[in-house]
Amino acid sequence: SNKCQGFSLLCFLPKEARSLLLCVLQDSLSNQLAKTHLSLSLPLISASQFKQLASNFSYSLYINKLSTLGMLATDPTKKISFTRCIRDGDLVVVYERYDTMKAVKVCESSVLQNRFGVFKHSDWIGRPFGTKVLSNKVLESGTGSGSLTTSLARAVAPTGHVYTFDFHEQRAASAREDFEKIGVSHLVTVGIRDVQGEGFPDEFSGKADSVFLDLPQPWLAIPSAGKMLKPDGILCSFSPCVEQVQRSCETLRSSFTDIRTFEVLLRTYEIREEKIIRFQCDEGGSPVSHPSKRKQHPSEESNAQKNLCSPVVMARPCGEARGHTGYLTFARLRCLV
Amino acid sequence: MSQNKVQSEPIQNPRVTWEGCSVLLDVNNGDRLLFARLSPGATLKIGNKNCSLHPLVGCPFGSLFQVENKKEGPNLCRFVPSTEDNHVQEKGDCPIKKETKDNRAIIDNNKAQSLSGEDIDAMRRHGATGDEIVEALIANSATFEKKTSFSQEKYRLRKQKKYAPRVLLRRPTSFSICEAYFKKYPIRIGFMREDTLSLLLSMANVTANSDVLVVDMVGGILTGSVAERLGGSGYVCNTYLGSTPPPMDIMRMFNLNYETCMRVVRCSLNDLCSVHNGIFEQFDQHEDSSNAESQTSQTTVSETTIPSVSKSCKPPKAGENASEKLLKLWKENGFSSLIIAAPELDAWSLVKDLLPVLSYSAPFAIYHQCLEPLATCMHNMQLGKMAIGLQISEPWLREYQVLPSRTHPCMQMSAFGGYILSGTRIHSNLFSSE
Repeated sequence: SNKCQGFSLLCFLPKEARSLLLCVLQDSLSNQLAKTHLSLSLPLISASQFKQLASNFSYSLYINKLSTLGMLATDPTKKISFTRCIRDGDLVVVYERYDTMKAVKVCESSVLQNRFGVFKHSDWIGRPFGTKVLSNKVLESGTGSGSLTTSLARAVAPTGHVYTFDFHEQRAASAREDFEKIGVSHLVTVGIRDVQGEGFPDEFSGKADSVFLDLPQPWLAIPSAGKMLKPDGILCSFSPCVEQVQRSCETLRSSFTDIRTFEVLLRTYEIREEKIIRFQCDEGGSPVSHPSKRKQHPSEESNAQKNLCSPVVMARPCGEARGHTGYLTFARLRCLV
Repeated sequence: MSQNKVQSEPIQNPRVTWEGCSVLLDVNNGDRLLFARLSPGATLKIGNKNCSLHPLVGCPFGSLFQVENKKEGPNLCRFVPSTEDNHVQEKGDCPIKKETKDNRAIIDNNKAQSLSGEDIDAMRRHGATGDEIVEALIANSATFEKKTSFSQEKYRLRKQKKYAPRVLLRRPTSFSICEAYFKKYPIRIGFMREDTLSLLLSMANVTANSDVLVVDMVGGILTGSVAERLGGSGYVCNTYLGSTPPPMDIMRMFNLNYETCMRVVRCSLNDLCSVHNGIFEQFDQHEDSSNAESQTSQTTVSETTIPSVSKSCKPPKAGENASEKLLKLWKENGFSSLIIAAPELDAWSLVKDLLPVLSYSAPFAIYHQCLEPLATCMHNMQLGKMAIGLQISEPWLREYQVLPSRTHPCMQMSAFGGYILSGTRIHSNLFSSE
């Protein structure tokens, strides 16, 4: 039957790695109209470890960006448009500053508190999206997870499916709630399983278009992943340490081909308008740069005009940069028929 | 969702090639990448010989072929690597094995090989397979045994590439197409690297049911990628300056099915803005009959006929002019996102005109190979309070060679893949006090 199946993964992929992953996986995802399968497995960590890690990674904010209603337009009725206004029950993104985002579920009686003050949700209802709102008092914050799963769900929509496995029950339950909120629960199924120890369930054998692994010992799950994949299906494994990558690649070599490992980072730039002092040397050889400090002759005025400080827009890389997130290893299952 | 049903027909199973489909051929494991169309009579030149591509039709993507010397000439034969054939790689899998040899006594004087060119040609004429030739060369090499195991591996691989070249049949996808172009003809895609392209798709939140507005002056690779991601839902509208749309040749490589192609439309910038500003009175609908294609008699999206086998050689054409109905719809709702990749056009000029047709809270991503136009554009958008979350990013990509005891980043690396200005359009607020 054409029932779409797949697996998914909650993972700490920063957006540049995620977008690269999606593009590579597109090979398998391109057959969206018929069958789209994704296989992934969740990392085996506790909920508190996860929360701690999540707070350190700015990627986690990205999911909020995706969750703006209408942006995840897998449901045509929720599509973004000029006419679509904020409603009670909507999940929205609030930009507190130009670079700080937060997900908020709109509720008639609730308020959003942050350092800029208290904002009543009721003020937002009925306004168009993209509206700026005002306030009065102080404090608060928090974010979500399942960002990669959501990205994948977005890519396989409308007819694909993503199955996700986590060995931690609480984590799985929390993920289910998040997907519900974001509006992708019709595309994602969360299961409880120790994929590293037991492999993927047999019922998915030969049905997966892609598998994604984010595990501390992915080589243990690779043989099972190979069974789940269709020939020429794609596997991707994300590991922070090169030793893990080496071991994974060794295991991949027996039944996979086209094995490639990448590192991907994003460098951001800041824009400034700086006043640049342009000057010309006069006949005496001294630079004329501050016209206000010199007595000006009428004939010199036109020269002085040339020496004004003119604002120039300039770009410069940000000083802070992420040095490493993890290695992405891609591979295809060999065709043996 | 009714449009999905048609795709279950067996004729265009995307896992198996068909006559006339576009393929990506990987010769000798990445040494040479080229696109080809499996039309009748198509050939591939390997070394100085032409091999017919006919054996590739009807094979699954991912199949491997080896050039074999037949009496009629070289032929591409389907080749299934058995576990013995993996011995080259498996040899590489023993990291602990102690290496006792080194190259201190090996003199490179071109005299190590006792088989001559004529000997090899004679072997070929007698029908020796490529692998047999490689084995013969190894057997006749005076220095082979003295080499380190890594060296032996390299030697074998080099000989195999020359005398028994292999061709891997790959399906063209946005990633592989972009990667190939970036290596061979980067100027045609405006020096947009594959990770940059993937970022554009993610940043602009391209997903099912989106109406994506695209300014594509990179040969159609952007439009094709967006269409691929949309998978037959939503629309991608290609807008362009002037009256002639830019070339979209690269789109034909994607093997997009009929349904997906129908979702790709175009509209000139003038028309789009006029309609949006409500001053466009008469719309001249160019129902391009050639676009309606010989493959189907239907032009409406909800009914499609299955293309017959004999006509499947011709890929369905995309890029019909956007209908009046669609333009009205977009005027009412706005586009869900905007992507620009136009190396020759000024970013700010485009943004000024196109941002108003974008829905509020819709993301946009602008690609350019140079920083300055994006910096100016970002600055102007900040001044005009037109967007939030503005960011200029430069993606960085490095590939690694991962082998036991020999893991390191690849020696060659792309230093540059372009810049992206991204952000989200906001509603200019009447209540703003700032």
